[in-house]
Amino acid sequence: MKYILLIYQDEPSWNGLSEAERQAIYLEYRKLRSELQATGQFVTGSQLQPIATATTVRVRDGKELITDGPFAETHEQLGGYFLIEANNLDEATSIAARIPSARAGSVEVRPLVEMAVEASA
Amino acid sequence: MRSAATLEQVFREEYGRIIATLIRISGSFDTAEEALQEAFTAAASKWESEGTPHNPGAWLTTVAHRRLLDAIRRERTRSDKQTELTFETTRLQPHAELDLSDDDAAEYPDDRLRLIFTCCHPSLVREAQVALTLRTLGGLTTTEIAHAFLVPEATLAQRLVRAKQKIRLARIPYEIPKLEVIADRLAAVRAVIYLIFNEGYAASTGRSLIRNDLCAEAVRLGRVLCELLPNEPENMGLLALMLLQDSRREARVNDRGELVTLEEQDRSRWDSEEIEEGVRLVQAALSLRRVGNYQLQAAVAAVHAEAKNADDTDWPQIVALYEELMRLTSSPVVALNHAAAVAMSEGFENGLSLIESLGADGTLQNYYLFHASRADLLRRLNRLDEARVAYAKALSLTTNEVEQNYIRRRLESV
Repeated sequence: MKYILLIYQDEPSWNGLSEAERQAIYLEYRKLRSELQATGQFVTGSQLQPIATATTVRVRDGKELITDGPFAETHEQLGGYFLIEANNLDEATSIAARIPSARAGSVEVRPLVEMAVEASA
Repeated sequence: MRSAATLEQVFREEYGRIIATLIRISGSFDTAEEALQEAFTAAASKWESEGTPHNPGAWLTTVAHRRLLDAIRRERTRSDKQTELTFETTRLQPHAELDLSDDDAAEYPDDRLRLIFTCCHPSLVREAQVALTLRTLGGLTTTEIAHAFLVPEATLAQRLVRAKQKIRLARIPYEIPKLEVIADRLAAVRAVIYLIFNEGYAASTGRSLIRNDLCAEAVRLGRVLCELLPNEPENMGLLALMLLQDSRREARVNDRGELVTLEEQDRSRWDSEEIEEGVRLVQAALSLRRVGNYQLQAAVAAVHAEAKNADDTDWPQIVALYEELMRLTSSPVVALNHAAAVAMSEGFENGLSLIESLGADGTLQNYYLFHASRADLLRRLNRLDEARVAYAKALSLTTNEVEQNYIRRRLESV
């Protein structure tokens, strides 16, 4: 079963880290990624560009509305994601707990809709 | 007549055990519930006409299993997909065709432990954990749970639907947690059981009958936990604590429905059987030398239980236990109880100065119990004007009717 791990972190505090600190965290991410690849639990994943690069699209009355943002009031921003394969929620949350940003920010764990479930819903 | 009584009794005793196994086999709470319900319906008519079977629990288990397999087969015929089956590890294989004799059923492994951990999984909110535990392990109906928690039935039903949906969609596992998390998970299970107990114990007016049922149900769940995980001292501590508190139930409210303090309770109305069992459990738990919160609270309750009258209370012992508790938790309730015990053991002045120092940083200013404890000591020190002010402050901070009435009576007496 697939879960997406949405990684939220406070951007200013991430930006406040020294280059060496950031490299240490990237190294941790690479290590986690190869561990998950070795166990067949890694599907895909990536860091995202900062929220300042985000654009929001809405279609209203057939009209495309494109705006800068989002500028959510929350102090943590979506900064990356992992798509993983896990047998159950406990497995997924224990992987989420190994994500370096879980220490400074938070990781939201969401199951993906499986085709069979979707078809019967 | 006799069969109806037996069925009710079997229902209470066997519901949790049977449904736990049905959930493991089917991977679905709903399918399991329906099958068990059908089995109970079948029992109601069959036992009436043919008499109660030799082993009613096994009879029900067998019938419920057959109903469950029928339901799964119907589901498969309707669609090839196994959408209802949640738990990967437990998908029904053809060899799992069950043909249970009474003996086989009796030997079935106890799945209630998995069920407890799933119901109390940290990804479910506390209210959902409580509702699910009472519904599945306790076999209480949605109506009964809604009444006990004073929430509309629709709200409670919705809560259960959402919880079961989350278990299914997010695939909350149906298994005993891994070693590295089991301590935390077990603590959550105990918290749920104790919350159920307190919900029943805190209310002493109105709907008391339903609420006493909650205490009884919590004690029963506490026993199940001790039975499933023996020699786990905190589980024993929790059961002991509930038994010792429950032993005072008859004495803690008077005929007018008013709260009676421990000091003023008629100790002849305490339940000696519960006390005996509780004290025995605390001693057994403490002898395992892994002390914890529930064991210490139970030990305090045991010291009270063993005092023939209020003056006979071994206060220095209680002070020592609270000091131990304060090392484990930073709860202000514990600190206040400690101060109260010091007051009884080393003098009211000493207790009061401890309370004053607890209140010095202002964090307890809006806390009802802080002012009530302070008022109580001021009263005992005959500083009645100050006591009145403190009681009035306490009164303004609680919304619990029983507590309000208690403080009003105190206010009138000073």
